[in-house]
Amino acid sequence: MAVAALFFYLFSALAVAAGVMVIAARNPVHSVLFLILAFFNGAGLFLLLGAEFLAMILVVVYVGAVAVLFLFVVMMLDIDFTELRQGMLQYLPIGATIGLILLVELVMVLGTWSISADAVNVASAPAPALADMTNAEALGRLLYTRYVYFFQAAGLVLLVAMIGAIVLTLRHKEGVKRQVIADQVARTPETGVEVRKVRPGQGL
Amino acid sequence: MEIGLPHYLTVAAILFTIGVFGIFLNRKNVIIILMSIELMLLAVNLNLVAFSSFLGDLVGQVFALLVLTVAAAEAAIGLAILVVYFRNRGTIDVEDIHIMKG
Repeated sequence: MAVAALFFYLFSALAVAAGVMVIAARNPVHSVLFLILAFFNGAGLFLLLGAEFLAMILVVVYVGAVAVLFLFVVMMLDIDFTELRQGMLQYLPIGATIGLILLVELVMVLGTWSISADAVNVASAPAPALADMTNAEALGRLLYTRYVYFFQAAGLVLLVAMIGAIVLTLRHKEGVKRQVIADQVARTPETGVEVRKVRPGQGL
Repeated sequence: MEIGLPHYLTVAAILFTIGVFGIFLNRKNVIIILMSIELMLLAVNLNLVAFSSFLGDLVGQVFALLVLTVAAAEAAIGLAILVVYFRNRGTIDVEDIHIMKG
C-alpha cells in the first residue's frame, strides 16, 4: 500500500508540474512535450485507479495521435512566438485571481462532501471483481451491449471530425496537372485516336 | 497512508485550475489555449475514473471513453481551423480574430 501511495504522489506531482510547464514554457514545442509528460502521468494515475484500458487508450490516443498532431502543427506553422507572448504579464493578475477562486471553490466542495454508505449498492453497472474478468473485458462487455449506441455515436463523431479536418485543410493548387479518371474512362477510340494522312516529305 | 478519493479529486482540481489559468495567461496563442483545454479534459477524465473506481461503477469509465473521443475530435478540428486561419492571415493571434466577418 505504501508503494501505491508513493506512486500516487510521484505521478500527481509530475502531472501538476508538467501542467504548469505546459502553460509557462517559452517554446510551444516544449509545451507540447510537457503535455505528453502530463498525459503519461495521468495514465499512471488511471493505472493506480484500476482503469488499465483507459490508461492504455490515453497513451495511444493522446500521446500517439493528439500530441503528435499538436507537435506537427506547432512545427509546421511559421509563427513568431515571442510576439504572441507579449502582454502575458498583463493577464497574470486576473488569471491568477480567477484560478485561485476556482481552486478554493473546488477544494471547499471536496472538504464538505462525502460518499453515502449505500452509494456502492446503487451502481448501475457494478464493476466485477478483478479475479473474474479484466478491466478491458468488463468495459467491453458494457460498451458493446448496453452502451452500443453511444459507441456508434462516438464513431460518428470521429468520422465527422476526420472529414471536417480534411475538407478544411485540403486545397487544390492551380496549374498542377491532375489525373481525372472519369475523363480517362470516358474516352472512346473516336475521341482518343486521330487518323491523318501524311504526305511524303512533309510534316503535319 | 491510505490514498482515497479526495486525493485524486484534489489532483484533478489542481490540473483543471492550471488549464483555466493557462487560457487566461496565454490569451494570444491559440495553440497553448487548445493545450490548456486538453489539460482540463484530462482533469475531468481523472474525476470520472476516480469516482468510477471508488464507487465500483463502470459507467464512469464508459463516459470517460466518450469524453476522450470528443476531445480527440475537438483537437483535430481545432488544429485544422488553426491551419486554415494561419494560411489566410499569417498569424494566430486571438486578438485579430474579432475582425473575421462572414
